[in-house]
Amino acid sequence: MATQQSRSAARLMMAPAVVLLLGWMLVPLIMTLYFSFKKYLPLRGDSLENGLQWVGFQNYIRFVSSSSFWPSVQTTLIIVGGVLVITVVLGVLLALLLDQPMWGQGVVRILVIAPFFVMPTVSGLVWKNMFMDPINGILAHTWRFFGAEPLQWLSQHSLESIVLIVSWQWLPFATLILLTAIQSLDSEQLEAAEMDGASSLKRFWFIILPHLSRAITIVILIQTIFLLSVFAEIFVTTAGAFGTKTLTYLIFQRVLESQNVGLGSAGGVYAIILANIVAIFLMRIVGKNLDA
Amino acid sequence: MARAVTTQRKTLNTVIAWGIGLLIFFPILWTILTSFKTEGQAIADPPLFLFFDWTLENYAVVQERSDYMRFLWNSVIIAGGSTLLGIIIAVPAAWSMAFVPSKRTKDILLWMLSTKMLPAVGVLYPIYLLFISLGLLDTRIGLTIVLMLINLPIIVWMLYTYFKEIPGEILEAARMDGASLKEEILYVLTPMAIPGIASTVLLNIILAWNEAFWTLNLTAANAAPLTAFIASYSSPEGLFFAKLSAASTMAIAPILILGWFSQKQLVRGLTFGAVK
Repeated sequence: MATQQSRSAARLMMAPAVVLLLGWMLVPLIMTLYFSFKKYLPLRGDSLENGLQWVGFQNYIRFVSSSSFWPSVQTTLIIVGGVLVITVVLGVLLALLLDQPMWGQGVVRILVIAPFFVMPTVSGLVWKNMFMDPINGILAHTWRFFGAEPLQWLSQHSLESIVLIVSWQWLPFATLILLTAIQSLDSEQLEAAEMDGASSLKRFWFIILPHLSRAITIVILIQTIFLLSVFAEIFVTTAGAFGTKTLTYLIFQRVLESQNVGLGSAGGVYAIILANIVAIFLMRIVGKNLDA
Repeated sequence: MARAVTTQRKTLNTVIAWGIGLLIFFPILWTILTSFKTEGQAIADPPLFLFFDWTLENYAVVQERSDYMRFLWNSVIIAGGSTLLGIIIAVPAAWSMAFVPSKRTKDILLWMLSTKMLPAVGVLYPIYLLFISLGLLDTRIGLTIVLMLINLPIIVWMLYTYFKEIPGEILEAARMDGASLKEEILYVLTPMAIPGIASTVLLNIILAWNEAFWTLNLTAANAAPLTAFIASYSSPEGLFFAKLSAASTMAIAPILILGWFSQKQLVRGLTFGAVK
């Protein structure tokens, strides 16, 4: 049993981490909230020293009524949804495959996981240039080899291209987690089902998939949080052009490129609310696991 | 009892899995191969796979033109520094939560995790402003602090799940045998905690090395790490595929190697212990 003394020592040991994270969360959050109710255009002479004009909810209204807001929401949904569908479906299939007996399993695993370790700016630029370049890219060579007209990947099929690049980066994550989950499945249960004459499709549908449901949920939630803030891949490929401006990118442009801090901060508050909705579900699952 | 598998079936699995594995790995393989070509060979149609004049010229050019070593050094300092700092702060916290849990431990852990969910872009300007007023913009120390803070929740979580697995009975046994607190920590706990700390360090270096929101937005010429250095290749200039490949290969090679060692810990670290 812990004594009173060890309790206060424990609190002391926790203090630095708690205080730092509290500061890291609260200070910028309060500043963002404050800016979101102010007219703040640093390039036009607004500054904190001279005091900022209070504008109420004007920034919030202007942010959602601007012509780029709804397209950015749509872009965000397409990228997040597209990547989720691709990585989860392919991830399940790949995990099932990697779970089978084969030669060189360890090496295949390494090959499949590798993209996760590539920094986003590298994968963005490698795909943009060496693969999707309409003249010299590998994909253009391939298309020409089959007598087809090479695609203008990042200009005419920009969203599909971004989804492809980001899916390539996140497929390893989904596969690895789902593979770990499959390996924890009790193989006797599967054998029993097999002996009772259940087809492999039935075994997948009634035993494997239900067993994976928790891991799939976790993959979806964690990826959603990271995918909502995809940035570098867009920054180095299209820089937000050709309909690839996500909510994150739109806010970035408002804040740093056009320096409309009030408007961008209102957008930031929307992004924070959105991320929190997803986060609540994730925390529930993680929290449940903590009791066990 | 293991199910009997026919050799035929195993062969089929092997062929399919290797095919898919190589397809997924291909962009990386292609980047590495291209880095050893001349610019002309890099865009040759049909593409050249192995039979070209291997050259190290691109590596020399990249280093000479952009002072690659400086960016590499920034990456090493920022990723290593933020990890070290994070570990120093997180070990005592995770330790006390694992060994002296209170009613609020769970809430604190979940709250820490929630700070990780804060979208970076939502607090971009405040951080930018604070960095300017504190003179931290484009400094390695500033970036080290930010990366430490964004990864601190993951470090605490991972350490917590590892420490949690150290059985409390061992500590009691040591105490019964008359070990002092100092001896207990030094000879019993530390050796058991080292593997967990090592994997946490590994995963965190990877995450910090590849972080590409704050590193792009808070650095310019001085503190830019490799993520930002590679981003400078986004405006093409004539033939540059081979040079881009050389720069990319140098940027990802160290982390690919570290990553392969840490694949098992990756799952635990990135799912906050929810999948093991």
